[in-house]
Amino acid sequence: MRIFALFFNLLEPLFRWAQTSLGKHRLAWLFVGPNLLVFGIFTFLPIAIDFVYATSGGVNLMPLERPFTGLENFQILLECRDYSDLSTCRKDVFWRALFNTFKFTVLQVGLMVFFSLVTALVLNRKILGRGFWRGVFFYPVLLSPVVVALIWKWMLQSQGVFNAALALWDLPAIEWLTDASWAFFWTVFVSIWAHMGFYTLILLAGLQAIPQDLYEAAQMDRASPWRTLTRITLPMLMPNLIVVLVLAAIRAVQIFDEVFVLTGGGPGTATTFIVQFIYQTGFAEQIHLYGLAAAASLALAGFLVVLTLLQLRLTRASEVGEKVPR
Amino acid sequence: MNMSMLSVTRGRKRLHWTDVLSYVYLLVGLITLFGPVLWLVMSSFKTEAALGMYPPSFLPYAQKSLVVTGHDQPLPLFLVHQDGQAPRAMAQVGRIGLMATMVDPAQPDVTVQVPIQQRIPITELAFAWGNYADLFQKFNFGRFLWNSVFITVVATLLTLLFNSMAAFALSKYQFKGRKAVFMLIISTLMIPPTIILVPVFLVINGAGLLNSLWGVILPAVATPTGVFLLRQYMLSIPDELLEAARMDHASEWRIYWRIVLPLSAPALAVLAIFSVMWRWNDFLLPLIVLSRNEFFTLQLALNAFQGELNTQWNYLLAMTVITLLPVTLVFAFLQRHITTGIANAGVK
Amino acid sequence: MSLLKLRAIDKSFDQTHVIHGVNLDVQQGEFVVLVGPSGCGKSTLLRIIAGLDSPTSGDVWIEDQRVNDVSAADRGCAMVFQSYALYPHMSVYANMAFALENIGESRSEIERKVREAASILKLDALLDRRPTQLSGGQRQRVAIGRAIVRNPKLFLFDEPLSNLDAELRVSMRAELRDLHRRLGSTMIYVTHDQVEAMSMADQIVVLRAGRIEQVGSPQALYNQPANTFVAGFIGSPRMNFIPISSFPEGANALNWPVGTHTMGVRPEHWEQAQAQDQGTWSMTVQSVEYLGGQQLIQGHLPCHTRIEVLGAGEPRVHIGEQLSLQVKASQAHAFDAQGFRLPRSLL
Repeated sequence: MRIFALFFNLLEPLFRWAQTSLGKHRLAWLFVGPNLLVFGIFTFLPIAIDFVYATSGGVNLMPLERPFTGLENFQILLECRDYSDLSTCRKDVFWRALFNTFKFTVLQVGLMVFFSLVTALVLNRKILGRGFWRGVFFYPVLLSPVVVALIWKWMLQSQGVFNAALALWDLPAIEWLTDASWAFFWTVFVSIWAHMGFYTLILLAGLQAIPQDLYEAAQMDRASPWRTLTRITLPMLMPNLIVVLVLAAIRAVQIFDEVFVLTGGGPGTATTFIVQFIYQTGFAEQIHLYGLAAAASLALAGFLVVLTLLQLRLTRASEVGEKVPR
Repeated sequence: MNMSMLSVTRGRKRLHWTDVLSYVYLLVGLITLFGPVLWLVMSSFKTEAALGMYPPSFLPYAQKSLVVTGHDQPLPLFLVHQDGQAPRAMAQVGRIGLMATMVDPAQPDVTVQVPIQQRIPITELAFAWGNYADLFQKFNFGRFLWNSVFITVVATLLTLLFNSMAAFALSKYQFKGRKAVFMLIISTLMIPPTIILVPVFLVINGAGLLNSLWGVILPAVATPTGVFLLRQYMLSIPDELLEAARMDHASEWRIYWRIVLPLSAPALAVLAIFSVMWRWNDFLLPLIVLSRNEFFTLQLALNAFQGELNTQWNYLLAMTVITLLPVTLVFAFLQRHITTGIANAGVK
Repeated sequence: MSLLKLRAIDKSFDQTHVIHGVNLDVQQGEFVVLVGPSGCGKSTLLRIIAGLDSPTSGDVWIEDQRVNDVSAADRGCAMVFQSYALYPHMSVYANMAFALENIGESRSEIERKVREAASILKLDALLDRRPTQLSGGQRQRVAIGRAIVRNPKLFLFDEPLSNLDAELRVSMRAELRDLHRRLGSTMIYVTHDQVEAMSMADQIVVLRAGRIEQVGSPQALYNQPANTFVAGFIGSPRMNFIPISSFPEGANALNWPVGTHTMGVRPEHWEQAQAQDQGTWSMTVQSVEYLGGQQLIQGHLPCHTRIEVLGAGEPRVHIGEQLSLQVKASQAHAFDAQGFRLPRSLL
């Protein structure tokens, strides 16, 4: 505590001086300053430099020493002799990663939001120990992606508990993480396992915001439980659902940590997603192709900007109370 | 009175079938979500030998050993089935190929040759605390732990400071460009770390902060979520409090430090919990910034070792358990705050 | 056959005993008002009738059928909630049609019934609007329309006018009365406002702390209140209660029954008297509220008991004046020490 008081006392004269010379209103800049500085250096500056990297070639890290190449990096990424056959692409790993990411996002978001919704509906009922159950579903959200991946990797390896269970029923062991389809399945499953609690909470809050007397009115209107769910609960939850879908999509598209530790992107490129491609291209390969990595980053960025703007507009709409068009 | 909307309980104490289904679903959820973690913890207490046992047991068992006269080290105990004799416990002195040299502890001088198929290890419940203890001695675990703790604590303190200062300015001052600044901060939501990996690396490199813990701390210190959260909360602090303080000749800094900040304690607590979580679990940025072993955080160490120590799962598991412990403790005690904080933020 | 019978209804929430042994009969076509102060259990009772809550003990009979185990949906009741509970994402038409859709009526039938109800309530032009686009009064009508459309045995109203402003409340009262006349249905109406009760009810049920204090027509409650609570609750301004110890000399002429402890006189029943007359009450005026056509005169009797007199607007009364008052025997109520009204033998 005394450290804090010391800190306070040290800075006070500085601020007092600033206050007298700048006036109260300009002083605000001093308060926002540190935050803006960090944003500036570590967010805005980088995004600008990204463009420089994306439009330059060579292997130098220093942007000023890189030759300008225009849109060549994008060309390299996107060039394919025959678009129906991905192996003919110059950077087929890029296309593979894009395709995998798309497949992953659709599957993971769809399934996860579905389960989150079901869980939220169950938790919204009159059940004993709701706080406890809510905590159960939420716990994995707090675990680090590395821990999550290791928990599952331990269970999925060839001598792991899953194969032991199979052996109990005299079934042959399955190579869960080295079979392409299974590996992909597990990336989807594990990320749903790790994240669904978060969205369950949001949907639960949305459900609880629905006034109780609407349900009673529906009861008096002789609505069956199914009709109550489909004609009242879900339509009223729709704004929340859409926000959740977009949020989940934004996160799904950027999936990296868990998958990297769980499968490393393999087998082969079966579970390589776009962020891993960027990481590999820029940092892990023999030659660090910063230009390509930046170009891929910007492609991803474009997509994310669209999604984030959509999310922001949707949250503001539901705040103001507009009806989201059905 | 909560009317469950999927069933009409009508004041009956009997359970509707949808209630039963709900509890079943919740139980399945419990097993699916806690089970793996429990399995991890249980496995982390097994010795390397016990881990090799297939099929694996739930509880950690280790082979019993006994000190037999005439031998310095305790000898592993087996249950031996010899033809024509009742099964008895024998200690193994040595083993060559398919034959084991064993002694009956009651007759330590008589050695018997037993084919290995005829012996079963006698096991007892044993928690291999050594897995955890060894971490600090054999590996640089203490270092990794320190790195993670340092980053988390310092980053959280700085996050709280910077974000609250910014939130204070944005909520309590009308200054030209206020809207623009706010928009700017919102826009950073659209620039997640994943898309500025390369240039951030350059910047950190340029600042000489590669392979330094500060290289991981500084970029993470300004979070748009943090500013939102705190600003939202600070808006509800009445302006009259500040005006009264100004009339009492308090400087703006004093007002911030002594009035607004203490009053924002609940929101600060929520942000602190989030920040601890984020920094403790950070992976991607540390991965590219910290390449030297002595600067690894727990997360990086785990990742590195799962390649190296592929066969030493007992240590890896113990390390994983320690890594998830702080977050679990925070969760156990502060679960209510976290879940309500997120629910509110999500609804907003 | 009573349409609704409540027998020995008791309700407790955990440790709190909210309703004590309520018995009630409601006849077909009656407009019954459950009235009482906040927390008296009137809304709880309504919800028990509706089937949204169950009684801890006791029986509910609708049309001679015991409905304790019948779900709210199947009791044939319709409820107008205090907050209206309109489905915000559905149009007015859809709100009203929902109940009919749930029981599988045909499209054309639904259309016919909804339009019929809409025309009764003058909602025709609003059928395509959403509840958020309607005013409070319009929303209320939609809530009523939703109930009408179902042609229920019993209409249940839970303080429907409390969210409206005073002027709207007055006009809606008349409309509801009118609606009742037109439909001829049985309506049970909950309110805390005794003015609503008096102006709308065929039968008033006065509740206090979960017990029925009195059931009767408005006139019965006004003229023969069963106890001091009902006497003080019904009628505004509130009845004056004067303890027998404060009675002046001449008051004995009013022939009080044995056991009289308190006298009750409504402010509007005081009459001007000549000071020297026998049995007059002398009042010192402390304040006067001029209401235009009337004056509300507040003051005290010689024994310092405070009373109010509602008199004609003219001539104006001044503070400090001494007024001589008298009251007709039939309008002076006697209450015993427990607060029960004692019947008087007529003079």
